[in-house]
Amino acid sequence: MTRFIGKRILQAVFSVWVVVTLVFVLIHATGNPIAILAPETMSAADKAQLAASLGLDRPFWVQYGRYLGGVLHGDLGLSYYSAQPAMGLILQRIPVTAELVVLAIAIATVFGLPFGIFSAVWPNGVTDRLLRGISVLGSSVPTFFLGILLIFAFSVELHVLPASGAGSIGHYIMPAFTLAFFRIALFTRLTRTSLLDTLSLNYVRTARAKGLSEPVVVLKHALRTAMLPLITVFGLQFGQLFAGAVITETIFALPGMNRLALESLYRLDYPVVLSYVIIVAAMFAAINLLIDLLYGVFDPRVAHAG
Amino acid sequence: MLRNWRDLPWVSLLVLAALVMIAILAPWIAPHDPEEQSLLARLDPPGWMAGGDWSYPLGTDGLGRDVLSNILFGLRVSLLAGFVAVAISVVIGGVAGLVAGYRSDGWFDTVAMRLVDIQLALPAVLIALAVLAITGRGLWKVIAVIGVVGWAQYARLVRSSVLSERQQDYVIAAMLAGASGPRIVFRHLLPNVLGPLLVQISVDIPRAVELEASLSFLGLGVAVTTPSLGLRVAQGYQYLFSGAWWASVLPGVALVILVLSENLIGDWVRDALDPRARGRRRRRRRVLSAGVPYTVPKVRAG
Repeated sequence: MTRFIGKRILQAVFSVWVVVTLVFVLIHATGNPIAILAPETMSAADKAQLAASLGLDRPFWVQYGRYLGGVLHGDLGLSYYSAQPAMGLILQRIPVTAELVVLAIAIATVFGLPFGIFSAVWPNGVTDRLLRGISVLGSSVPTFFLGILLIFAFSVELHVLPASGAGSIGHYIMPAFTLAFFRIALFTRLTRTSLLDTLSLNYVRTARAKGLSEPVVVLKHALRTAMLPLITVFGLQFGQLFAGAVITETIFALPGMNRLALESLYRLDYPVVLSYVIIVAAMFAAINLLIDLLYGVFDPRVAHAG
Repeated sequence: MLRNWRDLPWVSLLVLAALVMIAILAPWIAPHDPEEQSLLARLDPPGWMAGGDWSYPLGTDGLGRDVLSNILFGLRVSLLAGFVAVAISVVIGGVAGLVAGYRSDGWFDTVAMRLVDIQLALPAVLIALAVLAITGRGLWKVIAVIGVVGWAQYARLVRSSVLSERQQDYVIAAMLAGASGPRIVFRHLLPNVLGPLLVQISVDIPRAVELEASLSFLGLGVAVTTPSLGLRVAQGYQYLFSGAWWASVLPGVALVILVLSENLIGDWVRDALDPRARGRRRRRRRVLSAGVPYTVPKVRAG
């Protein structure tokens, strides 16, 4: 078990390193932050001095080495834009994104799971067909467009919810629902598929033969096994929402970490972008590890050897 | 695979065919040049609304551009992005997967699969955004980025299919008969990978269309003047609050219709080609497959 976790953490560190290197190379291959940072009226000498103060005048390998050294010490450099520690800036924004993601996953689960169970218990019935239709529609409306439709309906026409900003819970309702919409469809579909698979197994027939009531058979016996493949997807969705909420945060002007990363990209504030990439990559690695461990909890047959 | 021509998703196919025709014929059927601006006709409502003018059937946007013409040309961009980007993914991922699977003990396999893991660990939107922020915008750049970002799924899919097919008697027989490596790969292995490949392609095309629209919406996609549906939604957004919904909502509706028809066709392809889905449909008793679903739900721009 310990070896398994250790191996996975090593793999994760390797992935993060490769990603950071790739982004670092990409950034240095093309962009020149001095051109953005320095006002046009600045003299060439002052520009050179600015570059020197930021370490941008050094050869590529030196910059790369310094950066990696800093990362190992938990120092990801200062933001070019605000001169504050880059990592701190990202971390400050995490709570907003976290609230949004947790709310979205909660909405998606609260709707998706029962919908899926309903569809699996009465497959090809009216409800099942209706839900399938909605779920195809749900996966066809792009996030940004859904957000705009919601704003138009609830902010412009009905004036019931704020269109942008953060602060009250009201600010999170539309963004969370926007993020959740596609996931409701996804969760419904996956729960249905997985539960249908499980309901045709022998042990479920045994449970029925024992005379257990249908709710007990479905919810207690079948659902437990059916949850297994779902854990992977739910978990992955969590990570993807965290790093994929760029569009939602942008539309609703939520000050989350994704919006900060996007803004930093626009203004070539590389230390912040790189910090963001490191956090996201590390988070994905952590989630993958957690999923593997949860598998063991839900299915004792999955042993983590070696 | 085709049991009955009636099983085909006719409505979706017809809608998609109509959209493709419209996109091809856009230069001839569009009432205006999509980039032509008219200061006198800013934010004109659609023809059927009060104050509307039928010379701009779906109204005009904040710069006085004809919304209908922009939708017609925007469909071109969307379809182009969908098909070309996925073609790029298939070629890169397919070749990498074939080679990796055929020589699964070599260094190439190790490197390629590591790269796949890393790539799949990060949202595609994010990688695309980072690359585009650095390279600058442009239609072909966006298409290239979406194509390259999508390679990993195909590499993994093709590799695993090749790995399992390679053990089959017919492949061993071909090897014993002295067939060359490329001949075995293309004549014998490739046809057997086609089924899962088609399923993945049908899922990825609408996804690529959406990704282009999303990137353009964020301002990192096509150039500002290019009539992309996502970009037009973004440009019309600011006028939403003054009640001029058409400039933003109508291009979005066109996008939804396109993606919806592609998704429905994709669903059908999956049901028809995926033996697991078919069994599911007929409610046959099957062995539990406690693995990942057939097509792994991938990152979606949120």
